[in-house]
Amino acid sequence: MLSLPPVEVSNLQLLWFCLIAVLWIGYFVLEGFDYGVGILLPVIGKTEAERRAMVTTLGPVWDGNEVWLLTAGGATFAAFPQWYATLFSGFYLPLLLILVALILRGVAFEYRSKHSSAKWRRNWDIAIVVGSFLPALLWGVAFANIVRGVTFAMTPIAGVPGQPSIPGESPIYGGTFFDLLNPYALVGGVTTLLLFVTHGAIFLSLKTNGTIRERAHALVPKVGVAAAVFAVVFLLWSQLAYSGGKMWTWVPVLLAAVCWLVGLGMDRLKRDGWAFVFSAVTLGLAVIALFGMLFPFVMPNIDRAMPGLAIPGASSTPYTLTVMTWVALIMTPIVLCYQSWTYWVFRKRLSADMIPDPEVGSLDHVGVGS
Amino acid sequence: MGNLDLARWQFGITTVYHFLFVPITIGLSFLVAGMQTAWVRTNNPKWLQATKFFGKLFLINFAMGVVTGIVQEFQFGMNWSDYSRFVGDIFGAPLAVEALLTFFLESTFLGLWIFGWDRLPKKLHLATIWAAAIGTALSAYMILAANAFMQHPVGYVYNPETKRAELVDFFGVLFQNTAVIAWVHTVSSAFLVAGTLVCGISAWLLMKGKAREMATSTVTMGAIVAIVAGVFVGISGDADAKIMVVQQPMKMAAAEALYETAGPAPFSLFTIGTLDGSQPLVSVDVPGALSFLACGDFTCDVQGINNLQAQYEQTYGPGWYTPNIPITYWGFRLMIGLGMIAVLFGMWALWATRRERVPSSKWFLRAAILMPFLPLLGMSAGWIFTEMGRQPWIVFGLMETADGVSPGVGVAEVIISLVVFALLYGALAVVEFGLLLRTIKQGPPENLPADPYERSDDQDQPLTFAY
Repeated sequence: MLSLPPVEVSNLQLLWFCLIAVLWIGYFVLEGFDYGVGILLPVIGKTEAERRAMVTTLGPVWDGNEVWLLTAGGATFAAFPQWYATLFSGFYLPLLLILVALILRGVAFEYRSKHSSAKWRRNWDIAIVVGSFLPALLWGVAFANIVRGVTFAMTPIAGVPGQPSIPGESPIYGGTFFDLLNPYALVGGVTTLLLFVTHGAIFLSLKTNGTIRERAHALVPKVGVAAAVFAVVFLLWSQLAYSGGKMWTWVPVLLAAVCWLVGLGMDRLKRDGWAFVFSAVTLGLAVIALFGMLFPFVMPNIDRAMPGLAIPGASSTPYTLTVMTWVALIMTPIVLCYQSWTYWVFRKRLSADMIPDPEVGSLDHVGVGS
Repeated sequence: MGNLDLARWQFGITTVYHFLFVPITIGLSFLVAGMQTAWVRTNNPKWLQATKFFGKLFLINFAMGVVTGIVQEFQFGMNWSDYSRFVGDIFGAPLAVEALLTFFLESTFLGLWIFGWDRLPKKLHLATIWAAAIGTALSAYMILAANAFMQHPVGYVYNPETKRAELVDFFGVLFQNTAVIAWVHTVSSAFLVAGTLVCGISAWLLMKGKAREMATSTVTMGAIVAIVAGVFVGISGDADAKIMVVQQPMKMAAAEALYETAGPAPFSLFTIGTLDGSQPLVSVDVPGALSFLACGDFTCDVQGINNLQAQYEQTYGPGWYTPNIPITYWGFRLMIGLGMIAVLFGMWALWATRRERVPSSKWFLRAAILMPFLPLLGMSAGWIFTEMGRQPWIVFGLMETADGVSPGVGVAEVIISLVVFALLYGALAVVEFGLLLRTIKQGPPENLPADPYERSDDQDQPLTFAY
């Protein structure tokens, strides 16, 4: 099941490797700003009305954004079950932390407005900050470890009862939790954290007016430059140490750097829409670069001379991949259409003074043109 | 306790917990959509009141369903990695389809529904709740099709080279009778739960003198939904029993604590004696009824536990193929009993509120408060029965649960996650329940105009609703 290069990858398998990358791009671009806004909640939102305006920019969309992660998980299970099984059981504790964070912030978004007590809202604000900070950091750590590679151990496979059994082995993650906290991975974690915070601040500049927008604009260059420094270190480190000598991955790496700087420049010019487009494209290019370096492996061996988990050894049968391809080809455009429509419906900029009275603007009281 | 037992406890706790929110989500999304449809058609403010009130309860519940659902999708890989490797080629597909087809639908359109009251035209806004509701029902179908493969694997071949089950017939997996019947049974049960919930809460509001006009309508709506759903639950349950006898005879035998093959076989109402019903002191049976349940005539043979155990040892080699009898036997009874009580309550509520009467009986009030819990617990009991009754298999006849657990995940890790989930879920249960009670006690919004919304696409208009 583990293999050494050269690895033969079929077109279907390549397609699904790319589709998984697309799902992660969707997730990082969309929920990336969710995390950023969540982390910035107490930094930019100085008053309750400002914080409510910030949460309301996410209100209609955060759940749909998170489904990109669920789809990435489900698609990995369906298309690359060995990858799903090895990765999810191997990175057990970081994933547990991510799950706890996602539970807390999901409930927090929905519950914070359902009771007007200040203490209730303060507590949920803490949940939003922590619940956004942890995944923003940990997805970077996780991705860096995937690109860096892991050690493997082998375990025997149980046969099917009543059928002649031929012994076989499955690869499992052979390291420990603390192996995941290596310097390279931590740089990766800080990189995604800072990228998402900047992306969130740019999103707020685009989606708000008044004090929130001013503070977001003031914040973008500071966090954005720090993010640029970490991202450059991280991507260069990845390219030089872990890309297996691929030249083409320099293209997305360099393009990402350019787009990020253009995005920051657009933000200075208050061209908020373009700033958001460029920061989104940067995140996309970073994911493309990382998946490109990973290819043809899905979890390389940390010692590149040893066999790692490659696309063919991880993948489903051609039949399953074909079925899934049809589903993805039909459904993805439809999903993109209605999700874009949601963003169109809620396109207006929000500001603190548009926020209705807490007792009016909740579901059990209907505001009458207040 | 080893790695395996801990992982099973964690799966059991997190799944049963998750499934407290799922039936309410499925049933209530349709009922709220129905209420809003009534409002759009009649312009009667009582239906807007009902939509807002039950819609808020629905959303409080939905949030918990969403976040606990994420755990489910990750848990297969985290704690059951060998299972995931073995069935991923088959089981992963409906999961991925579920995310792509239904999770996006539910989440996106609910976002539009929550925030779109004054942004979208009235009928388009109504369509968003229907889209979300249909999403919940389709989502249930996908995960039940995946589960049906574990109960009755079809559409696959075992590949000895890759040592896994591989998909050969996607539509066979998706539309096998086990999946179709399980879906009808589960969704109709969800309607029973939601109907009872709406009926019970409305009866309480009525007796407390709150939102009388609305509650008079919703108490009837809830009761009728519960009764009609109960009929479907019964029919689909009967169909489920008939295929269970063929596909998983051991589960049926365990459900009845039927040790020896019998024809005609009696249906045991309850026994007193040992918990597993092996040495009853008192036992109340309906003669021939199990035979009728199993194959539609009162005299046919129903296989007993001991015969099946011997038969399975022949087929699968030495081993213990009998599930935990006390849990299956009593789980089966609780499922049926609690569901029936809920239907009876629906009838009582219809009678007590006939011709717009306001019931005054103290017993009816107590029943109204207790009642929403019963069918929900009945569904938990039913799932515990179904999953425990399949043991020792994780995929019937193909893989034992013990072989599916993650070999690389240590006892310490599972203890940490089990404790973390138990504490977090416990705390959230308290918060969620408190919020639900608070919302119910506050009662529906009063004195609503027929249509309070000025719908416009004006981008500077103040919000009528914000988080």
